[in-house]
Amino acid sequence: MTDAEELRSRTREFLAAHPPASTDRLDFLRARFDAGLAWVHYPEGLGGLGAPRSLQAVVDAELEAAGAPDNEPRRNGIGLGMAAPTILKYGTDEQKQRFLRPLWTGEEVWCQLFSEPGAGSDLAALGTRAVREGDEWVVNGQKVWTSGAHNARWAILIARTDPSLPKHAGITYFACDMTDPGVDVRPLRQITGEAEFNEVFLTDVRIPDTDRLGEVGDGWRVAQTTLNNERVAIGGMALPREGGMIGKVAKTWRERPDLRTHDLHQRLLTLWVEAEVARLTGERLRQQLVAGQPGPEGAGMKLGFARLNQVISGLEVELLGEEGLLYEDWTMRRPELVDFTGRDAGYRYLRSKGNSIEGGTSEVLLNIVAERVLGLPAEPRTDKDVAWKDLAR
Amino acid sequence: MTDLLYSEEEEALRAAVRDLLGDHCDAAGVLARAESDAPHDRAAWKALTDGMGLAGLLVPEELGGQGASHREAAVVLEELGRAVAPVPYLTSAVVATEALLACGADELLAELASGRTIGALAVGLHRAPGAAFPAVRVEDGLLHGELTGITDAAVADILLVPAEDGGLYAVPADAVTVTPQVPLDLTRPVATVRLDGAAGRTLGDAGPAVRRALRAGAGLLASEQLGLADWALTETVRYLKERKQFNRPVGSFQALKHRLAQLWLEVVNLRAAARAAADALATGEDADVTVAVAQAYAAPVAVRAAEEALQLHGGIGMTWEHPVHLYLKRAKADSIAYGTAGAHRSALAALVDLQAP
Repeated sequence: MTDAEELRSRTREFLAAHPPASTDRLDFLRARFDAGLAWVHYPEGLGGLGAPRSLQAVVDAELEAAGAPDNEPRRNGIGLGMAAPTILKYGTDEQKQRFLRPLWTGEEVWCQLFSEPGAGSDLAALGTRAVREGDEWVVNGQKVWTSGAHNARWAILIARTDPSLPKHAGITYFACDMTDPGVDVRPLRQITGEAEFNEVFLTDVRIPDTDRLGEVGDGWRVAQTTLNNERVAIGGMALPREGGMIGKVAKTWRERPDLRTHDLHQRLLTLWVEAEVARLTGERLRQQLVAGQPGPEGAGMKLGFARLNQVISGLEVELLGEEGLLYEDWTMRRPELVDFTGRDAGYRYLRSKGNSIEGGTSEVLLNIVAERVLGLPAEPRTDKDVAWKDLAR
Repeated sequence: MTDLLYSEEEEALRAAVRDLLGDHCDAAGVLARAESDAPHDRAAWKALTDGMGLAGLLVPEELGGQGASHREAAVVLEELGRAVAPVPYLTSAVVATEALLACGADELLAELASGRTIGALAVGLHRAPGAAFPAVRVEDGLLHGELTGITDAAVADILLVPAEDGGLYAVPADAVTVTPQVPLDLTRPVATVRLDGAAGRTLGDAGPAVRRALRAGAGLLASEQLGLADWALTETVRYLKERKQFNRPVGSFQALKHRLAQLWLEVVNLRAAARAAADALATGEDADVTVAVAQAYAAPVAVRAAEEALQLHGGIGMTWEHPVHLYLKRAKADSIAYGTAGAHRSALAALVDLQAP
């Protein structure tokens, strides 16, 4: 079934059978999943209809117009954006049946146990060990930068199952039950004062072999599916002019003539132009995707936005002068969602520093652009054929 | 909604122009011509205009043009920039043509559209849209004065001359004295134009015509700069894959890869800005802001692309023999043409209400 009209009428029938106003929210979401209207590009029986992904917009528009509840996708970004496609591609039938429905409805939030103190950009060097004992794996190690671990029911986890192999070969991928008594989640306070992230200590965590995703030793390949899905979903809406951080500083500039200097004016205009061009680039990428001609341009979007956010928010603090000396509040909080443009200029300046680190550092992304887009040769490597246990650390 | 993509027809046009320039404007030929007494490539111009009708893209069909738009002209300019082709396309088929469109000078438009007549607006290449420009004296109906920095005047058949009475005059080239200046950009010559009692024909008001012409020139120059920057990036990537030092391709060194990846990002951005400007000129919507944004962004990127190309080519990039200097000279001259990036940022300050202190 791929026809937009047919999908629209199917959605309307569903809404007639489950009126949003008189249906319990969770019942509604579960029924929507079972009707194949959760993510139409997923297979039948797993929340979808095997339809083109682009047709989801048809369903969403009908549901939104009817005032239907959504699954609050931002609360489970890692589950929806990263765990689900991995489970779909590598999970057994039992795993798909067990995990995807409560993941999609938001009943079970997921987090990602990938990065470690000793394995950041070089993720494949990770040292968390999983040792087989009968039908179970016993896991010991430490993970870090785990957003949402304190709310998560499940985690996607990669761990080392064979240290005698080269680093990429000895890794296995698991679904990890975050309620296991060996899982210890501790908030990791950031330079903003709050703690979006956690450190997760794993001590003799027991994972049944039935919660392994993919083959033993194939975890790096499985993780590529996860990581390839870790990108900002561009599509949907076009951003208006001054829609990002530049809008905040432009507003201050217009409202506060007393703060203006010639130096700041020149820098503001330069950044305004760069922000507008970045917006046009995002819009061009969106048009390419809609036209079914995705280009390599997406690889660079995060790089550009990270730098712009940092420079613009830095200018904003400076523009504010005396007020720039102040900070709203250093209270340690654990926000469930992060709003880059929320709060004050000082917060924006500090939080945006993470934009060039999280989800791949800008330096690693430049390598990716150079090698995959421009086709430049890779640096010679010294770690490829060395057993993980013999690597420098 | 601004259309930032290329249509199939636009891609076909690009392929045809690139093909033609491959035959006419190879790097060695452009360099040899630049040193000769005839720096313009008349054969390439004839092929582009007579053969393909490209001088008439902005001219309506009923006046003998193609009735196309700035979007197509922008694609042509991308390819001309990629080849640093020494043809008066931007000056005659865009800037002079826009001035004539503003004046409703139908006869001259038809002549320019054919490409057999080349027109040049007698306003220095460095003037930004909206900036003041020199005008010549009118005495007893005849024009007197000297104008400098006039691009492609040496090949122009008709000069469009602003006069102090507020009019724009069409003056045949044989009625004036054109003296070539030594240009920084060897592929886009400049000249002084001296009028000693030259007779001209009034076309209309110079103010709005010049403003419109320079705005279109500035907006479409971004596409030429895109083509130029794309050549610099592509050629440098190709060279760094080939060139070996320290027993490896130099393109495998991270210090160089990051510079090229950064440049690629800027070229990707420039493509969006240039397409936006071409589309805005075609539709007339939001054109002042979009052109100023494109030109404020394009010039530094094109210059940096050429500078990076030179540096990353090492010693060979410093030679007269290698074409990279032609691109550097064009990029630097382009950064002044139709207003510097700074001039366009100043224009934006007023347009988007970010006023100076």
